[in-house]
Amino acid sequence: MLEFKNISKSYEGQEALKDISFDVKKGELFGLIGPDGAGKSTLFRILTTVLLADNGTALFNGHDVVDDYKYVRKNVGYMPGKFSLYQDLSVKENLNFFATIFGTSIKENYDLIKDIYQQLEPFENRRAGALSGGMKQKLALSCALIHKPMVLVLDEPTFGVDAVSRKEFWDMLKSLKAKGVTIIVSTPYMDEASLCDRVALIQKGKILQIDTPKGITDSFEKILYTIKTNKIYESLKVLNDIPEVSNAFSFGQIIHVYAENELNIEKVNNILRENGIEDPKIELGEATIEDCFMDLMVSQNLEEDGVAE
Amino acid sequence: MESQNKVIVCDGLTKTFGDFTAVNAITFDVKKGEIFGFLGANGAGKTTAIKMLSGLLSPSSGKATVAGFDVATQPEDIKKNIGYMSQHFSLYQDMTIKENIRFYGGIYGLSRKEIKTQSKLLIKKLGLEAYENRLVEGLPLGWKQKLAFSIAIIHNPSIVFLDEPTSGVDPITRRQFWGLIYEATHQGITVFVTTHYLEEAEYCDRVSIMVDGDLKDLDTPQNLMKKYDKDNMNDVFLYMAVRSKYKE
Repeated sequence: MLEFKNISKSYEGQEALKDISFDVKKGELFGLIGPDGAGKSTLFRILTTVLLADNGTALFNGHDVVDDYKYVRKNVGYMPGKFSLYQDLSVKENLNFFATIFGTSIKENYDLIKDIYQQLEPFENRRAGALSGGMKQKLALSCALIHKPMVLVLDEPTFGVDAVSRKEFWDMLKSLKAKGVTIIVSTPYMDEASLCDRVALIQKGKILQIDTPKGITDSFEKILYTIKTNKIYESLKVLNDIPEVSNAFSFGQIIHVYAENELNIEKVNNILRENGIEDPKIELGEATIEDCFMDLMVSQNLEEDGVAE
Repeated sequence: MESQNKVIVCDGLTKTFGDFTAVNAITFDVKKGEIFGFLGANGAGKTTAIKMLSGLLSPSSGKATVAGFDVATQPEDIKKNIGYMSQHFSLYQDMTIKENIRFYGGIYGLSRKEIKTQSKLLIKKLGLEAYENRLVEGLPLGWKQKLAFSIAIIHNPSIVFLDEPTSGVDPITRRQFWGLIYEATHQGITVFVTTHYLEEAEYCDRVSIMVDGDLKDLDTPQNLMKKYDKDNMNDVFLYMAVRSKYKE
């Protein structure tokens, strides 16, 4: 459904996207996972015909996004990162407006948005600007869907949204996918990757890896240990000084340690104890997407501190 | 004597807008040097509470002192004794790193000499020696956030408020940021932090959870997980914060 081929884009000499190539299949829920500044929005703007790439091509259901931009605009539903609805129109007026400019009506495609819009109906006459964050997000999604697009492009729809609303939003995406909509969604939250069919991990305009979430975690090359201690910050310092340890990162109260080869657990325990850390518990663990992302960042030298000319 | 070890003492603090109660009589203390996590769903009243605690909004009723000053009657003293950093960092994009430090040092009332010393220390700590004359505009997001944090505590305040400081930052930089937070508490600075990354709540000494204007619970992350029988703070939060969706 979507094909990106060697897309590059620079802003004033700064490379935002470096030779990006990947496909999104029909009916897929595809995630672009990476922090702010990784290039996610730039890629989405190119796809939705509001920005031109410096190099490369993008095809939308076989149509070139530059030559055939009108086709793309008719068939894409785009929810930009910034809330872009009319703040001084009511909920219903906004939805009507978007339906009308796409030559359709709320009634015609109500089925597709029913589940989402029903939650908004009690506030139909409220101005969009006066809605809460979660409600704004639902309205924006309804407006992006009202013309029954082939592809839904969602730029960080859950950014700054609390855990409860995030969960609700992903449930909505799941049901849209079941209705046959192809979805490409970006997010800085690594834990959301597991909710996608396939993901591309992106950092600094470069794709680190593309695969199913399971494919990515399975391909984690190092051995991962989890360590529970009573002092997270102190333990991290000690662990990162052990030569056999590639990296140690905290995950809440648990520490994840990556190593090329099997560690001598007794030895690590002793080093921790010598440094005043009581009763450490070390076990073998399994990598999450976030582990993979950080390991790829380090191995491809794409940490923020490693750059800037 | 007790109160000297408390940086925030909050007693029945309330804010109403018309007939809507944004913050409903919250009562809690924050101890000196602790990392205090302030959690809640969007719209739970966190921002309103932080505005009152930082002297930007006067309470409708109740009482709170921050760094020993009353939020209702001494907001200017509070502003001098706290640091603040939000997700929309307040650095000037068209000034250099050094200029931003000098500017905020001046705002916080440091002497020229102090600004000079602090500026050197800060730039060295962040490893930005080679970039001190670069405009903030072109810096990576993570650098900006670390810089904004360091500037927010340049006047050695008794407490710093961090409103979603790590939103959107890559996972490694996010962890480095928490390293800075730990260091600040070792200097005796108290940290009051909100976040949507709930595993970060586990780095806090104590965590409070607000739901619809009420302070529903407050304890160490370990005790909260035990109490609600959950393995992590994400599950605790989901369990507590599920609100009626149609309530607006």
